[in-house]
Amino acid sequence: MTDAHNNDAHGGELAVAEPIPDPGLPEHQWRPTDVDPAKEKRAERQVATLFGLSALSTIAFLVAYFTLDIGDNWHVIGGFGASTMALGVFLGLALLCIGVGVIHWARKLMADHELVELRHPARSSDEDREVAVQAITDGITESGIGRRPLIRNSLLGAVGLLGLPAVVLLRDLGPLPGKKLYHTIWGSGTKDAPMRIVRDGIWTPILASDLEIGDLVNCQPDALHNPERYDIDPSEVEGVNLQIHKSKASLILLRMDPNDIKPGKDANGESRANWTVDGIVAYSKICTHVGCPISLNERTTHHLLCPCHQSTFDLADSGKVVFGPAGRPLPQLPITVDDEGYLVAQSDFDEPVGPSFWERDYYER
Amino acid sequence: MSVDVNPDISKVATTNGTTPATPKGGKAAGAIATWADERLGLGTALKKNIRKVFPDHWSFMLGEIALWSFVVVLLTGVFLTLWFDPSMTEVQYDGAYDPLRGVHMSSAYASALDISFDVRGGLLMRQMHHWGAMIFIASMMIHMLRVYLTGAFRKPRELNWIIGCLLLLLGTIEGFTGYSLPDDLLSGTGVRAADGFMKASPVIGSYMSFFLFGGEFPGDAIIPRFYAMHILLIPGLLLALVAAHMLLLVYHKHTQWPGPGRTEQNVVGYPMLPVYAAKAGGFFFIVFGVIAVMGGLFSINAVWKYGPYDPSKVTAGSQPDWYMGWPDGLLRIIPPWETHIWGITLSWNVMIPILVMPPLMLMILMALPFIESWITGDKREHHLLQRPRNAPTRTAIMAALMTFYGLSWAAGGNDIIAIKLHLSINQITYFLRAAVFIGPVIAFIITRRWCISLQRHDEERLLHGYESGVLVRSPEGGYAEKHLPLPEAKAYTLTARDDDPTPETPEEIEASGATGRGLRLRRLRARLATVFFADNVRKPTAEELHEAQHHAEHELHELEAQIAAGPNRHGPAEH
Repeated sequence: MTDAHNNDAHGGELAVAEPIPDPGLPEHQWRPTDVDPAKEKRAERQVATLFGLSALSTIAFLVAYFTLDIGDNWHVIGGFGASTMALGVFLGLALLCIGVGVIHWARKLMADHELVELRHPARSSDEDREVAVQAITDGITESGIGRRPLIRNSLLGAVGLLGLPAVVLLRDLGPLPGKKLYHTIWGSGTKDAPMRIVRDGIWTPILASDLEIGDLVNCQPDALHNPERYDIDPSEVEGVNLQIHKSKASLILLRMDPNDIKPGKDANGESRANWTVDGIVAYSKICTHVGCPISLNERTTHHLLCPCHQSTFDLADSGKVVFGPAGRPLPQLPITVDDEGYLVAQSDFDEPVGPSFWERDYYER
Repeated sequence: MSVDVNPDISKVATTNGTTPATPKGGKAAGAIATWADERLGLGTALKKNIRKVFPDHWSFMLGEIALWSFVVVLLTGVFLTLWFDPSMTEVQYDGAYDPLRGVHMSSAYASALDISFDVRGGLLMRQMHHWGAMIFIASMMIHMLRVYLTGAFRKPRELNWIIGCLLLLLGTIEGFTGYSLPDDLLSGTGVRAADGFMKASPVIGSYMSFFLFGGEFPGDAIIPRFYAMHILLIPGLLLALVAAHMLLLVYHKHTQWPGPGRTEQNVVGYPMLPVYAAKAGGFFFIVFGVIAVMGGLFSINAVWKYGPYDPSKVTAGSQPDWYMGWPDGLLRIIPPWETHIWGITLSWNVMIPILVMPPLMLMILMALPFIESWITGDKREHHLLQRPRNAPTRTAIMAALMTFYGLSWAAGGNDIIAIKLHLSINQITYFLRAAVFIGPVIAFIITRRWCISLQRHDEERLLHGYESGVLVRSPEGGYAEKHLPLPEAKAYTLTARDDDPTPETPEEIEASGATGRGLRLRRLRARLATVFFADNVRKPTAEELHEAQHHAEHELHELEAQIAAGPNRHGPAEH
């Protein structure tokens, strides 16, 4: 296979009259290690030394594994975990020394003659093609698939139908969406216990009078913490259900000068003037673009910025989008105060929260 | 040309002598080989391939990095599966990491913390896995650029190009499913955005979301499902495609750079055994070693700092892994377009950046070889690589695509750029909205002209010689630089390239008798081909070259005569 290549382009498709004839492969040059025994010995020693260093590194790796602690005291050696750092460095050195050694061996000591191999077109020869086509034709003819359309078509139909189980079997991947995306756990609560707005994480209710102008509070519905108070089964707000509710119900409270608020219209075209309490507004925390929780407040402008894609919403103006990719205002939650002066929800949001979806506007309450 | 069938290795180091060493137990080895050959027919297979020739060039190493980093990721990944628990069951963390002890979290996150703090070498393996994955994807991209810019994708290698594109796609999905698994706050935010992407899909969006998450987001099914995809489905596909990629590489034989003795008909290089096997095998250890050192020294995806996923929380500066950055950037700079019509919602602000652009870019990538060969009409096999400058339009197309990619990627960090450079995020966003359209056009024009200038420079060197740096002053006081002829090998290498095909002229198309759609396509193709090759420097003919060199020689003689006669001589003038 290593035919000596002669320089005449023999039938190659690309044969053109070159302005400069191919001078051919340059003469092979002997390396210092080929002609000088001292250099050869030195290269040999270098390679063996590298392999030896690798073995030492492996031993160091083992020592580090058994002597260095992990866990609590991982902040050692300049903020690096001592164990992780030592294991990584020694494993790396052990591998690198082998790699460098082998390549050094190849470059200095192995024969460095370049060989020439001839290429052949990727295509098969005409003869092979003919034989192949004949073989396929013979096979198909012998099967009689062309002559027996009844068999062929019934087979195609049967196999085609087998695709259905493959699709149908996936049906139980999840339930159908139903109306779940249209509602959150927010609501007016029960007759005796209107749904309180509580601080996220510490679950304390919020007195309207406690908030000063400019204060922003991340909130959740009290029902997630005190389900019994609202006649909700506790299993409804545990584990995975809690996460699902939080991903829709998360709320932002912001108090501003009441004169700054431009009340918008609700879904029925009526004013949202009574949706606020003394300049306190409540908006969904879930961005209407792709659903990140919105968190960055610009105190002087009442603008709220989503840290994922920088959609900016004006909370003084019905949560309108003032910048960025979001297509819709943030949904506003109508709020009021209960008998004790705590902030409560008047109802659920009057539109779905979070990112848009195809059938979103089919929504009817 | 002086390459022998049996090369002279008489002087090769004696450690590698001409006669094979006969170690003790040679008989036993021979017996095993015979046993195996009688069952597997190894001899025939090995005879052809054991000394297969691979050409050498530094840029051929890029694909090797991708291959070896993939192997490292497989190895470290297997280690991680021994401890990782892909479950979203809520547990109370009780491990070694103090700040999170007592916190409720998913089993997935808790086991990721255990791997990091309670398994010796676990954090190293996690970090090697992540660094290896990044190197895998980055080296695939750079390898792809190399293949494209040198024309290695041309016939007969178009299918391998497509396999490579699919590998890049699968690698990206594998990366996304992988970094989502620890179920930390950052990756959960990414999954939340992915839920938004699915919901924005026309007609079936919310159904897709409910089916993938096993109900409403976040549910408790997504981590186990991503896990199955991440450790079984996608790696299986990746392995199969990598195998196909390598088999085709062996079948086609590697491309090579033109040079003395290196033609379209041959392949010149080192045999697989021993040199190439040693170099490639040694390189595996180097890639492995570098990833191990990175895993030991450079922190990556420190999930314990983010905390468990909580749908009500997010941090500023949240970003996906870098290879997902460019669609995320488009998602940031897209205007707030959303259509509400007949009760349906069309979220262009999600569909265009996420559902349209990435598949479109992939399709453009996969189509590039076919578009080029359609325009140029070149259906020949190519095994010699081209320098990027010698295919200016091709190079410029990639420069435009890279510019689009780079600007979109920068948009993915618009908040970080704004903070670090004290700029307005609004202005950056408005600027990038325009720049993603204008930038690629500018890059295309500049790259194309730059390539053509480089071609002219090559021609200059070929015809008039290279600049020697020796300035000569004539008796009249003028200065001229001495140009010396290029060495033969270099001059040959410069000329060893194809002539551009001549596009069809309108008359030829007219005469062909084509009509209707066929005629319009032929005309379009001829126009595109004219643009494709416009301003390329034609390769000189032998006569032109001879004449120019003759002329240059003449000039050189004149200069040398001046040097001999005039005040340019060293030492004091003789009078």
